[in-house]
Amino acid sequence: MEIKRIQTPLDDSAIEKLKAGEKVFLNGFIFTARDSAHKRFFEALDKGEELPFDMRNQIIYYCGPSPAPPGKVIGSCGPTTSGRMDAYAPRLIALGLKGMIGKGKRSQAVKDSLKQHKAVYFGATGGAGALLAKCIVSSEIVAYEDLGPEGVVKLGVKDLPLFVINDMYGNDLYEAGIGKYRR
Amino acid sequence: MREIHTDSIVSAVENLFIDANINLSQGVFDALSQAIEKEESPVGKEVIRELINNANIAKAERMPICQDTGLAVTFVEVGQDVHVVGGGLAEAIAEGVRRAYKNGYLRKSCCDPFSRKNTGDNTPPIIHTHIVPGDRIKIVALPKGGGSENYGEVRMLVPSQGKEGVKAFVLDMVTKGGPNPCPPIIVGVGIGGNFETSALLSKEALMVPIDQRNPDPATAAFELEMLDAINRTGIGPQGYGGTMTALDVHIKMLPCHIASLPAAVNIQCHAHRIKEVVI
Repeated sequence: MEIKRIQTPLDDSAIEKLKAGEKVFLNGFIFTARDSAHKRFFEALDKGEELPFDMRNQIIYYCGPSPAPPGKVIGSCGPTTSGRMDAYAPRLIALGLKGMIGKGKRSQAVKDSLKQHKAVYFGATGGAGALLAKCIVSSEIVAYEDLGPEGVVKLGVKDLPLFVINDMYGNDLYEAGIGKYRR
Repeated sequence: MREIHTDSIVSAVENLFIDANINLSQGVFDALSQAIEKEESPVGKEVIRELINNANIAKAERMPICQDTGLAVTFVEVGQDVHVVGGGLAEAIAEGVRRAYKNGYLRKSCCDPFSRKNTGDNTPPIIHTHIVPGDRIKIVALPKGGGSENYGEVRMLVPSQGKEGVKAFVLDMVTKGGPNPCPPIIVGVGIGGNFETSALLSKEALMVPIDQRNPDPATAAFELEMLDAINRTGIGPQGYGGTMTALDVHIKMLPCHIASLPAAVNIQCHAHRIKEVVI
């Protein structure tokens, strides 16, 4: 398969070039956040407080890694199911979030936000946590350390393998793929 | 009467869970290797290639195959001529789990249902005990992730729904799960018994080696019929579309009440982690 290399931060022109079904290698920095971190983002926003990082042009990875063994940057770190974050995603996309990495289907509201604000949803291969960990070159806790594996961590990534699932044009790899191979 | 000290149970359980989480069993590895050949979608093939690379990296780096190292499910067969000394069997298993998840750097994924507060050591484990003839203890460790477990269900079907009803139920669960339980999946189907037995049968069905058919020819044929139907859904590896949605379907069946047709589905992800030991 042809593989496209992309670099964070992502701007509109980078998003415009991505199409559902493509494989990409991601380089730069991403932020982990899953269920509890999203809940806290919303509590902060509702109180008018700053978020732990500026969402603009950034990517959130729905991931709660296993503990880092001695001498390793991170433990196993595959994606968790994204659908649980559907209730939160549109507001963060409106704040300038350009990408999300996870696994599983997104709601129509999330897909509409991708179109409206030019953003993209990537899939990392679920259950490939050791392979994905090999692509993490740095790890720094940014917020909510008390949440353990659910804390927000800034990860430096090198050639992180991802598939574009939902692009800004309304294409959906899940729908296209299943349509093509259903017998 | 043979005495088995809890110390040997603790260390056996610790080793089993670390081993299961890091080293993908050969049967699953072989099934994935074959799935690359069978898969028709280029994206699907690429996904399975990643899974095989992942298994090799996990083994070489001593890292968990998947960060969701699961709830610690154990099936324990206790020989009726065994006398466990040094403490309780269940506490020994829990201690083994506690040590495995700490010393193996495995993720602790066990929490209070409502407050969601983590128990901190991945206990309590799930323990299914059977008393069997003999003077040994066999322990199977099956760390089970949340993504696949969330697509399990028990349905009390009406007897007239028969085989077609069971098949429709299985396909409904697989379709509902789509990409979420991390296909290519393994599907455990429990049929008969009663409400709780059918659920247990569906989990026990996951312990049958991939490609091993039910000894009853009609049930074996039904397994293959369902596997074929699942692989025609088009879901494919990771749900990106393809022909390898499931690696296998296993059925465990028992007689049931004349008024009932209990059926249960338990889905396992491709990271099918299972190891056993006999003490």
